[in-house]
Amino acid sequence: MTAEILRATGEHIFIVLIAVGVAIIIGIPLGIWCARRARAGRVMLRIVDTIQTIPSLALFGFLIPVPLIGGIGTRTAIVALILYSLLPIVRNTLTGIRGVDPIVLDAGVAMGLTDRQLLRQVELPVAMPVIVAGIRIATVVGIGVATIAAAIGGGGLGTLIFRGVAMVDTRLMLAGALPAAALALVADVVLSAAERKLIGYNPRIQQ
Amino acid sequence: MPASVDFRSVSVEPILHDINFQIASGEAVAFIGRSGAGKTTTLRLVNGLVRPTSGDVFVDGNSLRTIDLISLRRHTGYVIQGSGLFPHRTVYENITTVPRLLGWSESEARTAAGEMMEKLELPLGRFGDRYPRSLSGGEQQRVGIARAMIARPSILLCDEPFGALDPIVRRDLQDAFVALRSGVTIIFVTHDLPEALRVAERIVLFDGGRVVMDCPASEFTAQPLPLVQRFVDAASL
Repeated sequence: MTAEILRATGEHIFIVLIAVGVAIIIGIPLGIWCARRARAGRVMLRIVDTIQTIPSLALFGFLIPVPLIGGIGTRTAIVALILYSLLPIVRNTLTGIRGVDPIVLDAGVAMGLTDRQLLRQVELPVAMPVIVAGIRIATVVGIGVATIAAAIGGGGLGTLIFRGVAMVDTRLMLAGALPAAALALVADVVLSAAERKLIGYNPRIQQ
Repeated sequence: MPASVDFRSVSVEPILHDINFQIASGEAVAFIGRSGAGKTTTLRLVNGLVRPTSGDVFVDGNSLRTIDLISLRRHTGYVIQGSGLFPHRTVYENITTVPRLLGWSESEARTAAGEMMEKLELPLGRFGDRYPRSLSGGEQQRVGIARAMIARPSILLCDEPFGALDPIVRRDLQDAFVALRSGVTIIFVTHDLPEALRVAERIVLFDGGRVVMDCPASEFTAQPLPLVQRFVDAASL
């Protein structure tokens, strides 16, 4: 039993890490792009928003018939989780960058920073606590949603929960649910600490 | 080397209309006028933060339509109300922003920062590692001046730099500023006449997006223009 819980926990962590990792790689540039273009940004945000409104079980189901990314198994689960994780990351990147004091940006441009230098040296560092908050939300929500991935053969701690439900076995359900809750709590604590450390140098967010 | 600035028939519709005047290299000029008169827009034309809708601005005879603005900005100091310091960088990192952009060595930058901070009574040892949020408004503005002046700019643009400070700190900073101002062309935007008279040798008065008066500071208060008299009245106790 212990071995099975450990294996399922490992699978669970793997699914969430890959999904949030890919969502960060896609979401931060997308958020930057949205911050630069007001109208296109609104449309993009609406699309990402809409994905979030699809019930997770249905989203897993919808992806099964999609060629290349769909089917039964871990790959489909990861794709669904990426789609879910995008919203908080894109939205927080956008909010963080838009929240940079315009006077600070004005000073940066006036000192001769190029657009790229302004982004890397000013906008991203100042927005970082907000972006990390988005990553934290994506991770914590992702750990919960990933339990449902077991419904389409995605593996992870959801496997134990679904089996427990089918067998009306509370101990089996808890064997899946408790580690999932613990993972979410640990992720929350660690990423909150990262956020606080970054907020240290950002007085506008501190207030 | 201080630079000259030349405004030729510059308009920025709908704010500025047909601005024509020259600033000689090394001159210290104050732009005064009521809010919305066009002083800040005119100032921002000089480093290309605002582009003219017609006419042209020349720095040392070179048109801003053709020269590299990034390079121009790195040689033009800019001090604004609220300082605009980078909140995530220390005082030292803020002050050495332009030297880093210009590729100075670390030792050159550190020496220049030390000298500049000494002149502004912000010893590097005590202030260098602090973040802007831990400084008073006056100290932040001193850092802002140091950051703008460290790379020996040709032009220094100041937009109400002391506007948000209490009167005593304001006076101290004006004195510190006057002591530093040699070897650079200065444009100083303010709506405070005593401040303009203290920091500049020439005053340009803006109203409704036009220059309505341009004279030596010493002659300004004697001008018969009603708007001049309103500024004089507003400044007297």
